[in-house]
Amino acid sequence: MKLYEIAHSRAGDKGNTLTLSLIPFKESDYELLCTHITAQKVQQHLQGIVEGEIIRYELPNISSLLFVCQQALLGGVTTSLAIDTHGKTLSYALLEMEI
Amino acid sequence: MKKEKIRIGCGAGFSGDRIEPALVLAEQGELDYLVLECLAERTIALAQKRKLQDATKGYDPLLEKRIKSLLPLLVKNQIKLITNMGAANPLAAAQKVIEIAQELQLPIKVAAVTGDDAKQWVKNSSTHFTILENGQALNDYEVISINAYMGVEGILEALEYDAQVIITGRVSDPSLFVAPMVHEFGWQIDDFDLLGKGTVIGHLLECAGHITGGYFAEPIMKPIEGLENLGHPFADIYADGSAIISKVKGTGGKITLQTAKEQLLYEVINPHEYYTPDVIADFTTVKLEEIGENQIWVTGGTGKTKPSTYKASVGYKAFYLGEGEISYAGFNAVGRAKLAGEVLSQRLKPQFEAFRIDYIGLNSIFREEFSAKMKVEESYLPEVRLRVSGKATTAREASLIGEEVEALYTNGPAAGGGVRKNVNEVIGIVSILVDRNLLKANVDILSA
Repeated sequence: MKLYEIAHSRAGDKGNTLTLSLIPFKESDYELLCTHITAQKVQQHLQGIVEGEIIRYELPNISSLLFVCQQALLGGVTTSLAIDTHGKTLSYALLEMEI
Repeated sequence: MKKEKIRIGCGAGFSGDRIEPALVLAEQGELDYLVLECLAERTIALAQKRKLQDATKGYDPLLEKRIKSLLPLLVKNQIKLITNMGAANPLAAAQKVIEIAQELQLPIKVAAVTGDDAKQWVKNSSTHFTILENGQALNDYEVISINAYMGVEGILEALEYDAQVIITGRVSDPSLFVAPMVHEFGWQIDDFDLLGKGTVIGHLLECAGHITGGYFAEPIMKPIEGLENLGHPFADIYADGSAIISKVKGTGGKITLQTAKEQLLYEVINPHEYYTPDVIADFTTVKLEEIGENQIWVTGGTGKTKPSTYKASVGYKAFYLGEGEISYAGFNAVGRAKLAGEVLSQRLKPQFEAFRIDYIGLNSIFREEFSAKMKVEESYLPEVRLRVSGKATTAREASLIGEEVEALYTNGPAAGGGVRKNVNEVIGIVSILVDRNLLKANVDILSA
């Protein structure tokens, strides 16, 4: 199963840092995400996109996870040569992950 | 008299946002306040460049259009407007609003909130400033603008003067919303718990359509109806720092737990410590509850202290971007695009400090390694578009890229079409920290 079948995500940017929320459609799937979608696994999955460290924050208050990814925007929003300088499309790269 | 409840609407989440959702809010939203958040990081540096060319410019290019259509509704319904459309020149923006008010024969008071422009101050300072992102010296940069993210102070002063339209330069986005809460509820400026709650509400509203289903919709898993008529949000905010977020009946979009959660976490670097000039807020104690159709009840959120420094955005001259694109379709489209890419690499790459090739439709977004994992059979792609880009120190050099792409018409692989070329001067943004005691908000009041 792919993540997009049970969860949704929005990407955000600050400089060269990418933020990716991960929110289950059903709050009862939060524990499943906590167990299987670790920072380490996301790091593996996003190889080729995220070059720096990934920190995972757990937010049980809203049954959601947040991944903060360093060195992920090819130098940063304002000076990258990429088409999508903000990395706005990258939420769907996370959602491609198998669970 | 202090109020128990106020209603704040957010009618724009960036400078290019649609105009009519704000009109709908002003007309039917029964608002006390309307906020228009129109100032992205780079917007102010571009505005500074316009101000240098013409001292009466440097505010948001859409200001006149927005104000002309909004002002009669704001006056009729007694709604106060708070906006950062002042960009690099809030005073000129306020004068323009006065001009419009006089034309429309609307007697109003307008406040210009300044004090965020730190360029001169930094220039005169003996402090050695270090760039937060990379540790380099500020002196190494060709600086265009330096603007500090200010807090609620200037807006509070403008509210004391009872200005109906308040136009700021760089202010942190949540502060645009927190200021009227502090003013109306009589919150103490060091009651960080309440400021934390207010910041959560401001953050949920600040991207306008983000919380009403804009930038959320996906037709299979997350369908949202009425994006063509998307309503922007408002919040009923109570003196205890809780709020109900909703939108005008009959507008498109949807407010759900899902849209609210996506927005709460948007651009958050650390949910335990969300920094604004007013407070360091904690988002891990926020509770969201769906209490009705398009109604989210927000409680919780806390805060501790405020940062001792202001973060300031530095806009600098970075480089000239040259771009060129050409499309290939049909048999071996990818092969022909890649051949064109090789030809251009050989002719151009040595001359550019940074040079990039993308195959749009194949790997331009998720990048090569990740895209390859998605296992698309390249020979089945009906079309692919080659994009070449590079950084140059002059516009002339940058234009070489588009010229070389165009030259593929007679010198490149078969059947390339639809060439587009482009040269842009790129302004980069980095940050520094400045002592908050050295920058003071300043308020000018103008009357029509």
